[in-house]
Amino acid sequence: MVHWSAEEKQLIASVWGKVNVEECGAEALARLLIVYPWTQRFFDNFGNLSSPTAIIGNPKVRAHGKKVLTSFGEAIKNLDNLKVTYSKLSELHCDKLHVDPENFRLLGDILIIVLAAHFTKDFTPACQATWQKLVGVVAHALAHKYH
Amino acid sequence: MVLSASDKTNVKGVFSKIGSHAEEYGAETLERMFHAYPQTKTYFPHFDMGKGSAQIKGHGKKVAAALVEAANHIDDIAGALSKLSDLHAQKLRVDPVNFKLLGHCFLVVVASHNPAVLTPEVHASLDKFLCAVGTVLTAKYR
Repeated sequence: MVHWSAEEKQLIASVWGKVNVEECGAEALARLLIVYPWTQRFFDNFGNLSSPTAIIGNPKVRAHGKKVLTSFGEAIKNLDNLKVTYSKLSELHCDKLHVDPENFRLLGDILIIVLAAHFTKDFTPACQATWQKLVGVVAHALAHKYH
Repeated sequence: MVLSASDKTNVKGVFSKIGSHAEEYGAETLERMFHAYPQTKTYFPHFDMGKGSAQIKGHGKKVAAALVEAANHIDDIAGALSKLSDLHAQKLRVDPVNFKLLGHCFLVVVASHNPAVLTPEVHASLDKFLCAVGTVLTAKYR
């Protein structure tokens, strides 16, 4: 069971409260596909991913980014019960989607960079440290049912 | 990992925009790394880790200078950082995993100070550059 201090919960809530899930999700997924192009392997049916411009403008990327970050929001609502909350999602990523959990870590770090760009100096070192812990815990929960 | 011509242009562009803030960014990178990844502090048991630490500022300046040097000699990073590579292999022996952590925190610093500079393309180029630097610094480990 991961312990979250009151300060950490506050840092998570205050950032998340100001996040536009659709925009942030789209940007995070687009950057994942651009910065780590091998991650495109999971999205053969997404159409045109041939350039950064194509990726950023791709409506399937935007929609999927929103879906992913919305799910992340569920994690934030269930910080004390993450493994259970993500149990089915974990099985899905292993059994059906066949996603290497390393990709969860990559996306988590990209999300942190997107948040830093958005919040600038308000994304303090303490804030970053809390969110690094959060993305790490989320990645771990998503990988938990792998076999 | 090969840096394309546009990667090189992007990286040089970033460092030119950062300019004299590089030292400050170096210090903040370390501060963020020590905070988010406490295990990295094990390499600096003698450091004052408090806010505004002169040692962190001093070391941040060194780290930044090395990155600037690599960017200025981007066609031959291995040559430019050869002595530093020897130092890391023979004396410092920082586990290779930590260079990724430092690189990530540097990206966070650039993003938080210059969001407009860190377009997705520049982000990709800078990430590749930081990986290349890490690879050079650990190249002689064994």
